[in-house]
Amino acid sequence: MIGRPSVPRSGWHPATVVANTPETTTAARLELDVEGWPGNAAGQHLDVRLTAPDGYTATRSYSIASAGPATGDTTRVVLAVDRVPDGEVSPFLVDVARAGDRFEVHGPLGAFFVWQPAAAAVSGGAEVTGGADVAGGPTGGADVAARPVAEATRPVQLIAGGSGVVPFVAMAQAHADADDATPFRLLYSVRTPADVFFAPEFERLVAASAPFRLDLVYTREAPAGWPTAPARITREALAEAVLPASETPLVYVCGSTGFVERVASWLIELGHDARAIRTERFGGT
Amino acid sequence: MQHLDGNALAGALAEFFSFDVTTAIARCNGCGAVDEFARAIVFTSPAGTVVRCNSCDHVLATLVESGDRAWLGFSGVSAIEVRRG
Repeated sequence: MIGRPSVPRSGWHPATVVANTPETTTAARLELDVEGWPGNAAGQHLDVRLTAPDGYTATRSYSIASAGPATGDTTRVVLAVDRVPDGEVSPFLVDVARAGDRFEVHGPLGAFFVWQPAAAAVSGGAEVTGGADVAGGPTGGADVAARPVAEATRPVQLIAGGSGVVPFVAMAQAHADADDATPFRLLYSVRTPADVFFAPEFERLVAASAPFRLDLVYTREAPAGWPTAPARITREALAEAVLPASETPLVYVCGSTGFVERVASWLIELGHDARAIRTERFGGT
Repeated sequence: MQHLDGNALAGALAEFFSFDVTTAIARCNGCGAVDEFARAIVFTSPAGTVVRCNSCDHVLATLVESGDRAWLGFSGVSAIEVRRG
């Protein structure tokens, strides 16, 4: 069993919107200032809870696009939220929320779908279970260093469908910030060039010294001169763009349920170890 | 019905447990599979949440919340392994 990094303990926190800017034609980037935020590992998520004047509440989960010091010295949290037509929470976050608005967030949540740089790995012998715990101390704090060594040196393949890329910008940024030598690749399936999340960030990450490669697949409309016609990803295209099973990569897949299940089943057919594949489904269509 | 995976349980169950249930390892009563909760299949509806084994579809756990009360069932789990920090 693969061990997990320790992460700060979760709790409910008051959040204030610092900025709300368009990310794509259907999504917004929300910068939040979260009181008492203990920091989070790359790949974690949080729950947003909105409360109506009559006490009715609605709660939804969102991946966190930022990662960063678990020492509690930053309270800035970045989300990128895609508007779900007829949704209850996302239309508010995308279209209505503006600087100064306040709501509650619960997090950081989930220690399964995270990645941390090798510098944060613990030495624990050959056994992959060595030294991994699942929760930080009662006050959160600086304890994010626990990625087992056996996992720390494995190359990483990220596969995103649409807004499923949000946790991966946090992972790729953590990888670049640590100047981590682990090979990193992102296969990113989007409808059109206008639907790419974090385009400037990914451009910088590709140019950074930590090894990071981005492969884009356009499903509806490709940029002028793009070598392949827009199409949904196929098993063959997946096989060409991802690290081969022989390199024993850790594989993270995030997107709609249909996308994740299609991709995960192809990965298994391509010889990847099911234990090395971590998925995060967010429903969708 | 659209399903999610066990990662989606992190927030709801953090209300009740002092550890991250999604990384805890459970043994399925139905088929004996041993796996992290994060890899389970989760169905959510306004009536409640059902967690199923991703190997045999057996119901592992249920969660129903209503106002200030919650009902948690782990009827399909014979053991849970929790890593102590």
